[in-house]
Amino acid sequence: MANKVVYAVYDDPEVLKGAARTLVSAGVKVRDVFSPFPVHGLDPIIGVKRTRLAITSFMYGITGTALSMLGFWYFMIYDWPMNIGGKPSFTLYQNLPAFIPVAFEFTVFCAAHGMAITYLIRNKTLPGMPARNPDPRSTDDKFIMEVRTEDNHLGAEAIVGLLRGTPALEINERER
Amino acid sequence: MNFTFSKRARTISIALMAIGAAATVIGILGDHTDHHQRTWANLLVNGFFFFGIALGTLFFYALQNATETAWSVMVKRVYEGILGFLPIGAAVVVLCLAAGSLGLNHIWHWMDPRVTDPTNAEHYDALIAGKSGFLNLPFFWVRTIAYMATFILFARWFRKQSLALDELSGEALVKRHLLMYRRGALFLVLFAVFSSILSWDWLMSIDAHWFSTLFGWYVFSGMWVSAMVTAVVLVLYLRRKGYMPQVNNSHIHDMGKWVFAISFLWSYLWFSQFMLIWYANIPEEVTWFQSRIDHHPGLLWTMFFINFAIPMVMLISRDAKRNPRFLIGVGAVIFVGHWLDVLQIVMPGALGHHFHGVGLLEVGMFLAFLGLLMYTVLTTLTKAPLTPVQHPYLEEAVHHSI
Repeated sequence: MANKVVYAVYDDPEVLKGAARTLVSAGVKVRDVFSPFPVHGLDPIIGVKRTRLAITSFMYGITGTALSMLGFWYFMIYDWPMNIGGKPSFTLYQNLPAFIPVAFEFTVFCAAHGMAITYLIRNKTLPGMPARNPDPRSTDDKFIMEVRTEDNHLGAEAIVGLLRGTPALEINERER
Repeated sequence: MNFTFSKRARTISIALMAIGAAATVIGILGDHTDHHQRTWANLLVNGFFFFGIALGTLFFYALQNATETAWSVMVKRVYEGILGFLPIGAAVVVLCLAAGSLGLNHIWHWMDPRVTDPTNAEHYDALIAGKSGFLNLPFFWVRTIAYMATFILFARWFRKQSLALDELSGEALVKRHLLMYRRGALFLVLFAVFSSILSWDWLMSIDAHWFSTLFGWYVFSGMWVSAMVTAVVLVLYLRRKGYMPQVNNSHIHDMGKWVFAISFLWSYLWFSQFMLIWYANIPEEVTWFQSRIDHHPGLLWTMFFINFAIPMVMLISRDAKRNPRFLIGVGAVIFVGHWLDVLQIVMPGALGHHFHGVGLLEVGMFLAFLGLLMYTVLTTLTKAPLTPVQHPYLEEAVHHSI
């Protein structure tokens, strides 16, 4: 049996959430939802796991702190110690207060850029990557729910039948 | 639902006051400084720290009104409860200042008329005399009375209007709410000026030769974070006792975020003040930090470590901010941390080389004030329903979800 994918189109986020609840309570796994904006409270309904982006951000941040400290030590202490304003740079810790602002900025820089780039790669939305949304109207004013037969024990007909019970504007079925 | 002051909580708060008072009395007997300076300085530390909790709460309450924040409507009675301590804290601070003005203590060196008298060669202090256009007793008392009157009047007005909202509905409710919104904004404008100047007047002028423009914000952020900690611990206590069933994890998460964020604000301001003074290394500017780093480095760095590193490491994750155990644990530690901060602001200037760190007197008075705060706040909480009955944003607050 060929795998099929069913798209149901809605025009209101609350209606969409109601429909998702109906399907999930009938034991259907909703693969994804394409929406013009983030729909608050949808993730727990369709069982999307919490993002681990914050953890990557933390790791990029401490990488930034460590790199900046290494840089201070090498540039300012080891390679070419400088006497700035009567503060000779012979040890890192005695000069630490002067380095903290830069360490802070570099930490934020690494955390923010690392997080943003990871986000774009993970979503496959780096500039130039092909669009993956099944219907361009999801970038305008429609909310599109995707259900796949491979995720469910039900066939395409049964899924379409369940979706007909929800106030969907249209239901499209495609081969995968 | 109305809060009932349980017998256990009452016993604990009275016991804290009694143990604290006993330790204080023993401590005072062992206080051999001139004019019982150490006792007065302790009274100022605790008076200001606990007054600061109520004042930080008043600021936050006005901020919530001025920004029309919805989620905090759910817990606004707790903030109003903490405001119950404001008059007591104000009275203690005014008592210390009055005693200083009358010469009963010598915490504020500039209050002595001899230091500004050019004919008095022995005591004349040219630096203080140069500041006497601002630091003179009549103007000082005009300012102090103006701050205290403003704070107490606004706190009473907010509480009265908040209770009045419960009786209103429809258009009258919205109108009254908008009035609170405008008064909240007005208070923020007054507070922006007063919070800075009061910290110069009461705390920075202890070391009258020294000045720092950041000092006001530094003291203010310390008050603010102490207020946020007190509020979240109270809400967790009340929720655990089943009084606030509609307070969900999202409300707790938001209160935890405030503790986390304002800890960072405080650390940022403390460090900004320190780093600029350290870097410039100008003799007249470094005195304040020098006396603390040279003579009380343990106190200074412990207090900075507690107030910066502990909330940063412990509260950075989302789960920690939703976990009552984490919040209460970190909250208790940084509550003491900010008390140590006020201690190291006041003591080196007020006692000089007579300051030998935390002793029985310090701990005793802290416990007595903690008991008094508990008793006052919990008594105030019994006087109104813990969840507001009517508020334009009540429905949104109940369904708060992040």
